[in-house]
Amino acid sequence: MGSRASTLLREEEIEEIKKETGFSHSQITRLYSRFTSLDKGENGTLSREDFQRIPELAINPLGDRIINAFFPEGEDQVNFRGFMRTLAHFRPIEDNEKNKDAAASEPLNSRTNKLLFAFRLYDLDRDDKISRDELLQVLRMMVGVNISDDQLGSIADRTIQEADQNGDNSISFNEFIKVLEKVDVEQKMSIRFLH
Amino acid sequence: MLVSAHSHSPVGSRSFLERGLLLLVVLMLLEGTVLPLGAASSPDTSAPNGAGGLDHRDDHRGIGHDNMTFQKKPFPVLGINYGHIRLPFEIALWVLLASLMKLGFHLIPRLSGIVPESCLLIVVGLLVGGFIKLAGEDVPPVLDSNLFFLILLPPIILDAGYFLPIRPFTENIGTILIFAVIGTLWNAFFIGGVLYAVCQIEGVHLSQVELLPCLLFGSIISAVDPVAVLAVFEEIHINELLHILVFGESLLNDAVTVVLYHLFEEYAGAGEVTLMDAFLGVISFLIVSIGGVAVGTIYGFLAAFTSRFTSHTRVIEPLFVFVYSYMAYLSAEMFHLSGIMALIACGAVMRPYVEANISHKSHTTIKYFLKMWSSVSETLIFIFLGVATVAGPHAWNWTFVSVTIILCLVSRVIGVVSLTFIINKFRIIKLTNKDQFIIAYGGLRGAIAFSLGYLLDNDHFPMRTMFLTAIITEIFFTVFVQGMTIKPLVDLLAVKKKQEAKRSINEEIHTQFLDHLLTGIEDICGHYGHHHWKDKLNRFNKKYIKKCLIAGERYKEPQLIAFYHKMEFKQAIELVESGGGVKVPAALPLQVSMQNIQPKKQPPAATERALPQFTKSREEEIRKILRSNLQKTRQRLRSYNRHTLVADPYEDGWGEYVLKKQRMIELEKKMTQMSNYLTVPAAPSDSPTMRRARLASDPNAFYNIKTPSDSVPTIHVELASPQSPDSVNLVDEVPKKGAMGQGLSQRNAADMKEDRERMMMPPSAGKGEKVEDDGGETKNPGLQRCLSDPGPSNEDEEDEPFLP
Repeated sequence: MGSRASTLLREEEIEEIKKETGFSHSQITRLYSRFTSLDKGENGTLSREDFQRIPELAINPLGDRIINAFFPEGEDQVNFRGFMRTLAHFRPIEDNEKNKDAAASEPLNSRTNKLLFAFRLYDLDRDDKISRDELLQVLRMMVGVNISDDQLGSIADRTIQEADQNGDNSISFNEFIKVLEKVDVEQKMSIRFLH
Repeated sequence: MLVSAHSHSPVGSRSFLERGLLLLVVLMLLEGTVLPLGAASSPDTSAPNGAGGLDHRDDHRGIGHDNMTFQKKPFPVLGINYGHIRLPFEIALWVLLASLMKLGFHLIPRLSGIVPESCLLIVVGLLVGGFIKLAGEDVPPVLDSNLFFLILLPPIILDAGYFLPIRPFTENIGTILIFAVIGTLWNAFFIGGVLYAVCQIEGVHLSQVELLPCLLFGSIISAVDPVAVLAVFEEIHINELLHILVFGESLLNDAVTVVLYHLFEEYAGAGEVTLMDAFLGVISFLIVSIGGVAVGTIYGFLAAFTSRFTSHTRVIEPLFVFVYSYMAYLSAEMFHLSGIMALIACGAVMRPYVEANISHKSHTTIKYFLKMWSSVSETLIFIFLGVATVAGPHAWNWTFVSVTIILCLVSRVIGVVSLTFIINKFRIIKLTNKDQFIIAYGGLRGAIAFSLGYLLDNDHFPMRTMFLTAIITEIFFTVFVQGMTIKPLVDLLAVKKKQEAKRSINEEIHTQFLDHLLTGIEDICGHYGHHHWKDKLNRFNKKYIKKCLIAGERYKEPQLIAFYHKMEFKQAIELVESGGGVKVPAALPLQVSMQNIQPKKQPPAATERALPQFTKSREEEIRKILRSNLQKTRQRLRSYNRHTLVADPYEDGWGEYVLKKQRMIELEKKMTQMSNYLTVPAAPSDSPTMRRARLASDPNAFYNIKTPSDSVPTIHVELASPQSPDSVNLVDEVPKKGAMGQGLSQRNAADMKEDRERMMMPPSAGKGEKVEDDGGETKNPGLQRCLSDPGPSNEDEEDEPFLP
């Protein structure tokens, strides 16, 4: 609807988001104001164009893929809940969280979930494997236009060769995790949100 | 255990004996050098030594003049003129002593495991000083501050700065700065203040020590020393985070030390420091640190710019790196800025650009020269510390010294713990208690403190000798006690150790990927964080700076490609050095050599082995490649000229190289798949017809059963079947092996054995050898490991990407 009232965040919503994502109250309100500033149409959801309006995102090689990651399968609009759900992956892992509810499902910002998020950005067709072509696409995006296909191909081959353990010539999620075990993913994939 | 001890002791005692003898010889020589020290004080006596021969000859000419006093001696065939070369000789002797000591320590494995090298070197210094003193001579004042600051310290710092791991450093820069600045300030004031309080106590008889000298002493002794930290931490292989924290702190606290030192030294005479002075001190600190970094950066860019034009004079490339860095240091020292920070900034700034410009050989030269110089410097510093301990006038005061040692420990612990408490609120990865302990315990003091103390003017500071004694004792305590015990403590506390494995291309790609991802997310959040600014810097760098500073077209090369090239290059060198071309499966040579034993009899498989037919274009390529590379060998042998080096063949034509490499990898893969197939010379189960049939189904492979000698008619390099003797002419080393597939790979091996530095030329026939997958046969696990594991390398420092 178009009225301003519907764009204000209700307490219950904040509580729900807090429980789902683990963000604090102040973080949620801050991000909400960002959400509304991006939402030019003022209809409570963001479309792809709203994201593309961010200037730095346009020059980011992975810009399109990141934008796509916010939108659930097949949809064109993302509401605040979805927005927060995606951003929750990048919350820093806190020590006291590690002991909470072992029975409950893993929080969105656990190491595995962070890696899964990154993996899904590679794996566009959602077949749980990064194939050579998918890898080539990402490489091409990151490297620019000056490098020949052959060269990129050999890099891709080398990459797959290094990571592949079951010989299917693609990188599965477990292989992906294994390759990055030395990389400090908790730190790398965390943004220090304003406290 | 007993056996090993037995086997060790003769070696150990022998090397002890050797070193003892060596030491004695060295000391004799040293004594010989020291004696003229006394003699040289009277110039008259030295004159005849040097000018003796000359006088005689002069007198010869003026023959009529002084026949009375002139006594003709027989022409001196042999003579000694020691005074002439005394100074360089002594210097060389010291350096030789240092290097021999370093050699010696590593011959005794158990000792170097328990005692860190720095301790042993100090002991050696003590011994040398003791010998000299026993000889009755004055121990030369070797640890002269000028010598230390201008000659001994810069190589170590440059080595540290040039190879500084930029990424962990910048990621932790906040923590490092807080420890360096605030931690050192806290240490200085705490130690100085409490010492003053202690000195004021009645029974101590130290009441003449005023506040300002105490504070000066505190500031001298509070700084963590980079040389000592490097020396000890290098041996304990601690994880990267802790290493960079302590080491970064030791580098950056130089600015604080410089300012505090000058401040208190200036005003110790005046007796008081006003608030205005303190304010000026703060301003001075900013100028010293930022100025130092600025000077270093300017020289760094100059060096990078110069290296852009050195493509024709590769021989002097390393010189630019060294000279510009040294000048950066000296310029900073000239303006009383922080020379250490200038040197670090210079090295860190120039490295990415210089490395993109210079040849591989220059890179190796720079690396080894820096390591060599810094190693010798470090050794000399510790030895001189020992000598200076024996030499210097000492004023031992139990209270002062013991209070100093206790205070240093206490203040360090308090400082680290409280600062970590504050820092952890801002860090994503918190510092644990274990980390804090190591950081506190690793705060070693070293020769910088001693030299600063040595610089003190004796008139202004009558208690200088007492200070020096206390400084030396503190240094000894930290280096010996803390240095020796830190390794077992690290093991005991199970602190994470350094991970030895080098960076894989996967990590590189995914790290960059994550960088872009995080930058994007930050932009979406509107949060201008770490990634945002890093991305901006990278973009700026790529757009403007790289264009100016990197020669030729290489500035366009993305970082990923550069990394990949380096990796491939390293792997190529490793493959060559391990003595083989393609990693031919281990089982293969055995079979092949068996075939060699019967050269006459053609191995049954040879004729039946399917051989790929070269297409015309492939043949041309092979011919061209071989021709050009063989010519290059001859060129290389002919250049004796110091001024020119043959252009490295692998410097140009990267693209070609990579393509070839790719095909090589394909070939390797095929080799694995083919391996079992090839090693069975006459597999009865698979008749030739069957094989032919199988291969014929592969549309890509054109197979002709022909004798190998015909396949490549114009190239006599081809190692053919054992029967063709004329195929041996150029490539003598290549053992005559059978099949073409092996042949090609062995030709590779031959090429490489012949010319170790040449680019690897994988056969372009690799493409033609598309053998289809032998699905049923299991792959030899050994081969897989062989092919996919590029081998160990302990040069992980260079695998860091240039720009994070």
